[in-house]
Amino acid sequence: VILFLLKGLVRDRSRSLFPVLTVVAGVALTVLLYSWVRGTEADIVRANANFSTGHVRVMTRAYSGEIERAPNDLALLDVDGLLRDLRERHPGLVWTPRIRFGGLLDLPDEQGETRAQAPVAGLAVDLRGTASPEREILNLDGALVRGRLPSAPGEILVSEDLFDRLGMRRNEAATFIGSTMYGSMTTANFRVVGTLRFGVAAMDRGALLADIRDVRHALDMEDAAGEVLGFFPDGIYREETSARIAAEFNSGLGAAGDEFSPVMGDLRSQSGLATTLDLAGYVSVALIGIFVVVMSIVLWNAGLMSALRRYGEMGVRLAMGESSAHIYRTLITESLMIGIAGSLIGTLLGVSVSWYLQVRGLDISPLLKNASMMIFNVLRARVTPTSFLIGLVPGLLATFLGTSISGLGIFRRRTSELLKEMDA
Amino acid sequence: VKAIVPVLALLSITALAAEGPAGEQILRKVDQNIGSDNKVSSARMVIQGRRGNRTVEFRAWIRGMEESFTEYLAPPRERGVKMLKLGEQLWTYYPSTDRTIKISGHMLRQSVMGSDLSYEDLMEDPRLIELYRAELVGEETVRDRPCWLLDLAARRDDVAYHSRRVWVDQERFVIIREHRYAKSGKLLKTTEALDVERIDGRWVSTEVEFKDVLSSGGGTRFLLDDIEFNAEIPEHKFTKASLRK
Repeated sequence: VILFLLKGLVRDRSRSLFPVLTVVAGVALTVLLYSWVRGTEADIVRANANFSTGHVRVMTRAYSGEIERAPNDLALLDVDGLLRDLRERHPGLVWTPRIRFGGLLDLPDEQGETRAQAPVAGLAVDLRGTASPEREILNLDGALVRGRLPSAPGEILVSEDLFDRLGMRRNEAATFIGSTMYGSMTTANFRVVGTLRFGVAAMDRGALLADIRDVRHALDMEDAAGEVLGFFPDGIYREETSARIAAEFNSGLGAAGDEFSPVMGDLRSQSGLATTLDLAGYVSVALIGIFVVVMSIVLWNAGLMSALRRYGEMGVRLAMGESSAHIYRTLITESLMIGIAGSLIGTLLGVSVSWYLQVRGLDISPLLKNASMMIFNVLRARVTPTSFLIGLVPGLLATFLGTSISGLGIFRRRTSELLKEMDA
Repeated sequence: VKAIVPVLALLSITALAAEGPAGEQILRKVDQNIGSDNKVSSARMVIQGRRGNRTVEFRAWIRGMEESFTEYLAPPRERGVKMLKLGEQLWTYYPSTDRTIKISGHMLRQSVMGSDLSYEDLMEDPRLIELYRAELVGEETVRDRPCWLLDLAARRDDVAYHSRRVWVDQERFVIIREHRYAKSGKLLKTTEALDVERIDGRWVSTEVEFKDVLSSGGGTRFLLDDIEFNAEIPEHKFTKASLRK
């Protein structure tokens, strides 16, 4: 029977072409949008984790309350002790200290007078440590545009944009002017050995990357750090585990009353990411729901039109003794075949476009000129195993629902009136 | 004699009227008390941060209203840092980097050595009458001293504080308390003279508490250890070359 119905669908294109095209379009869009939302969500999480929050982050309570201005006067002290404790309690995470700082980078001329000057957003990480995870976390090898990574004290990297803007030369000396942990103005001489482009507008505008030892010395922050970040070794953010670790930490070591005691936050609870992540989840569900409803209505309408066109055929079949229920079942089977065919083609199409957007991405850098949020300039879709399955839900459900509703008309036709109807 | 008194009073009133409104006369007297001679002083700033206190010691050479040279003596990290103010320009020298940095633009709003004073505060012309119109709005007693209460409104836009309220000691013409405001009316800084001494015939605030209202610290206490008026200061002190010496 299935082969018979299949032949009917193939031979009578008017019965199958429009519904299949509808399903293909709907499924392809569902797959594409799902992959896009997942990719964007993953990119936002990765950018924020790597450049800002880690998967979990330890700060003082006072620092966390004013985190927007990175207040190093409220930084963590005795960081070596804290790191030992964190590594002992949570060996499953990689812990690394960081200092975020702001100031001016001043380039001197031959007389030592200012030749060029620009504000910089500094990030101090363990660059020279042999076991430092930062090289991988920040993808420094991939982000390096020219020069090399720092290997000696006093060597720094700056963003390629800043390098160009200030007309710097490689290995040129530059003076950082900023504030110590105690608020005094301070200066420190550095040597620019390379440039970076992270692909994150907020970092690439005026980033300065330095080894944490040099910055501690410059900012009078011996054994201090603004933040200690924790990462899962595989780089994948685990929402529930992170929240649990943060809750455990805060109920133990970080629970003391003073404002300089450490407190831990997970990625989700920081930088307003909870809303973003929730939104991404809602958008995925809403997309599928919307496509099911819209396609059902379209296919219902298509079913009604088809029923009108096949009015005679149904009449003959009923007159020949075929039961209404059987006809209804064959219509449902036909629709499922259309659904399967449309879903397969739609999934293939959706995955193909998503794959293209995963590889090439979409450059949104013109929209991020003044953005401060951590987001990559090129957003990419992400094809996951779910991408291959997600389209089947609206594809099959919509065709099933559409035909189920439109096919109910079969049961309203009365056998006694069939011959009269067919005469007419 | 009785006949002379009303005449003298009339003459005094006429003279005061010629000098301008009462508030401005008081402000002129405040400026006169500060004087414009050469001064050499040693002072300390006790900076009360959220994590504890820090003391910065310095020696300052001042010539008139436009030129000053400051050398920081302690703590060790700040030792040898020098600042030179010439008119409306300010340079800072850091021995650790051997760099002379011109402080300008938004850097002027930065704190000096982590204190509640900004570079902008240091750059300000101490003659308030040049910068503000003054209106006498009342009298109050502050720290057991009867004071004139003056409201100051900026004469031009390029001043650090759009308006101020000052409490001036009626006898000594020293500012005992001061509130400094932004254009929006927001209170930015407060000062209070905790000790005033008579030195070489002038009333000088020797202990002043500064508070940057926008910062979370506990304020900065300025302590004047010694001051010499009409001091001999070599000409080369107020040159950029002296920063590196």
